[in-house]
Amino acid sequence: MSTETISQLDVDRTRGDFHYPEQHTFDAGVGLSHATIDYIADVKNEPDWIREFRHKALDVFESKPMPTNWASKDLDNIHFDKIRYYLANAQRPTRSWDEVPDDVKRTFERLGIPEQERKFLAGVEAQFDSEAVYSNMKKALGDQGVIFVGSTDGLKDHPEIFRKWFGKVIPTGDNKFSALNSAVFSGGSFIYVPPGVKLKHPLQAYFRINAENFGQFERTLIIADEGSEVMYMEGCTAPKFETATLHSAVVELVALKGAKIQYVTVQNWSANVFNLVTKRAVAHEEAEVKWIDCNIGSRLTMKYPGVVLKGRKARGEVLSIALANNGQHQDTGAKMIHAADETTSNVISKSISIGEGRASYRGQVHIPKHLKGCKNNTECDALLINSTSRTDTYPAITVRGSGNSVQHEASVSQVSAEQIFYMQQRGLSEAQAMSLSVNGFVNDLVREFPMEYSVELKRLIDLEMEGSVG
Amino acid sequence: MSDSLLQDAPSTAAHPLPDWFRKNQKAAAARFDTLPMPTRRDESWRFSNLKAVDPQDFAPARPVAPELAAALLSRSHGLKSPAGSTVFANDRLLAHQLSPALAAQGVLWLPIEEALQSHGELLKGHLLKNTPLLGSDKFLALHQASLRAGSFLYVPKGVHIEAPLQTFHWVAGSGQAVFPHTLVVAEEGSSATVVDWFKSEGEARNLSIAANDLVVAKDAKVHYVSVQDWSRQSVSLHSNNTNVAAGGAALHLGLHLGGVYSRSESVSRLEGAGARSEMLAATVADGAQEFDQRTLQEHGSPDTYSDLLYKNALYDRAKTIVSGLIRVAPHAHRTDAYQKVRNLILSPDAEANSLPGLEILADQVRCSHGATTGEIDPDELFYMQSRGIRSTDAYRLITFGFLNEVLDRLPHEELRSQLQDALKARLRGH
Repeated sequence: MSTETISQLDVDRTRGDFHYPEQHTFDAGVGLSHATIDYIADVKNEPDWIREFRHKALDVFESKPMPTNWASKDLDNIHFDKIRYYLANAQRPTRSWDEVPDDVKRTFERLGIPEQERKFLAGVEAQFDSEAVYSNMKKALGDQGVIFVGSTDGLKDHPEIFRKWFGKVIPTGDNKFSALNSAVFSGGSFIYVPPGVKLKHPLQAYFRINAENFGQFERTLIIADEGSEVMYMEGCTAPKFETATLHSAVVELVALKGAKIQYVTVQNWSANVFNLVTKRAVAHEEAEVKWIDCNIGSRLTMKYPGVVLKGRKARGEVLSIALANNGQHQDTGAKMIHAADETTSNVISKSISIGEGRASYRGQVHIPKHLKGCKNNTECDALLINSTSRTDTYPAITVRGSGNSVQHEASVSQVSAEQIFYMQQRGLSEAQAMSLSVNGFVNDLVREFPMEYSVELKRLIDLEMEGSVG
Repeated sequence: MSDSLLQDAPSTAAHPLPDWFRKNQKAAAARFDTLPMPTRRDESWRFSNLKAVDPQDFAPARPVAPELAAALLSRSHGLKSPAGSTVFANDRLLAHQLSPALAAQGVLWLPIEEALQSHGELLKGHLLKNTPLLGSDKFLALHQASLRAGSFLYVPKGVHIEAPLQTFHWVAGSGQAVFPHTLVVAEEGSSATVVDWFKSEGEARNLSIAANDLVVAKDAKVHYVSVQDWSRQSVSLHSNNTNVAAGGAALHLGLHLGGVYSRSESVSRLEGAGARSEMLAATVADGAQEFDQRTLQEHGSPDTYSDLLYKNALYDRAKTIVSGLIRVAPHAHRTDAYQKVRNLILSPDAEANSLPGLEILADQVRCSHGATTGEIDPDELFYMQSRGIRSTDAYRLITFGFLNEVLDRLPHEELRSQLQDALKARLRGH
């Protein structure tokens, strides 16, 4: 493929490449210290236990070395002392759409979220910089006893549920970036679904970054009580800035007995964002957790959603699509930790490398001693578009004891010249043919996605191919 | 820690060894001293039980008594009519022969010390020339510093050697360390099969740090087989380097049976268009054995092919690690590379680790890897039992069949049946 094609295949970033004047009433300044922590806790008017939690987390963060084995050298380009760790609009989270500031509304419009869709969806928790500036829940949700609030409100208003699970799935010291998040987190969602409540509509939150050098550290905690069902959607685009932006979220999911959680992400940060995220779920007896994870944007993403299968017959699944273009490294994967009999897990990962993009899969499957009837299936397929594209696969599978079955398969392939030629013969442009091939490659996975997202995803893939050789 | 090991390493050869070789040995000794011991935090030692590897517990092997030497020689049953045969015990040469017809064709089959003296320049360009890539730098430095035993095979251009050439490496006596080496240089269009048998006298605990270099020139073909049958207390580290030029083909097969901790590192470098390499291993792990296997398929040229099949059968508290990487360089277009790891777990306490990796930087590549871990299919077992086969026999038969798939890839019939016998003997009692 010609180098011209490479440049033309680059995504149209201008869609997210805009921002409005910043009016940050609260701004913790640049850099991180115990004073910053106190500032955040003061501004957010947080209880003492969380202030203490943050201070301890900062000590852990400072004591931990940067990741070495797995990490890309690009991590050295994060300058922790140049990052703003907290800022927020002074507004309280607003309830009705009318109260939302106009410039925020304009941002949403540019993102192309249809008004109809917003009304249709059960609740929208939109995050504009660290604080939730807009939150809207249908009355029906409240009647069912469902809690869907920002993490700050969650810890203040529902401490009896929040404290029990917060930091339990992903302890502060899990890794350097989970410690960082624990120290400075703001924003993100807290969701509690009472026993037996099955939410028909997905809960949805849009995230945006809108300040230069500003890191975003959302903290999301979702608890699905016995027999309940919930789907949560997270999607993001970020405006383009000249200096790197750090995004380091922590997402914890707890699926109690028989509960089902689906967590959907479409990540489309601009190509200067470091996206270093820790996501993990605990699935109790007969519970199901499914991570659906699409990574299209960012400069470097390191994200390996995991499920700890803690109860008998629990089930974990990761469906992952990664698209790496010039200047991008999508380092994604999955972790399946089996901890009870008859637990099953499934990982399907598809990656596409375009131009000089690099997509890596890292996986961990762990089946400890004396478990019976555990099963894991992992499939990783990589598609290379150009001769300069790169793909890697680094799984680690540990199985202790007989009575379990694990299989891992990976393949690497190209869009064949014959395929493209065939389609061009039938009147498609090279770009259309390429787009069709790529969509075909991910199609069986996209079908597993909720409707709204599979539509959005197809549009994003088309965008990547837009303006290609005609 | 190196003192005891390196003290009496210098050669006792009648003729002096070449200066370059002695200089390299001295440098290697210094490297062994300065290099740190690897830790599990090193990616290439992930999951390894490094506590099992402490060179300090061992000293360079001392010669065996003449009666024992005679006994070991008589126990060195190999092929009925090998093209060449060599026997070492505790790194000392006991016997050596080469078919006169091959000698007349210019084939060299020499103990490595003799080769260093008589054909030093030929060895200089090939002996331990590859940079270690899979983690054993320190141990390979010790190997180089202590190297005195092993076989050198040189096959001139266009010469085909039908029958395999075999080397026996025996070790006897507790705490003895040996450093076997095999160097094969196959010139353009030639072919040969080489087999190394690694065996212990009795159940003593020993250390072996072995290495081999297989140099496969244009259109040449080399098959190399190693049968690692050290005592169950022994520690074994074995590094293989296969370099294949354009149109050449290599096959590397390891049958891993012995040792308490056994690590094998194998690198195939595909250095010319059309080069091919097959990497095969069959492992029986029981008791508290750990088999630590690291591989690299390095595709440096376009239109190259590699295929890896590693199979492990695990009993008791045994542990296996297979960490493999296929690396396709930016210009190695149209590479075909495959990697398959199969673990058969036969005990609730065994542990199998698989780390199959891919790094693809080229275009029009066909690469795949698969790793599976499972137990014996109850249907298969039921089928056999329903035909009157006792359950223990059925287990053993299925396990044999599972591993024999690897041995079946070896074309040489007599050698294959010897490996099958060794495998059957190993599975007896399970």
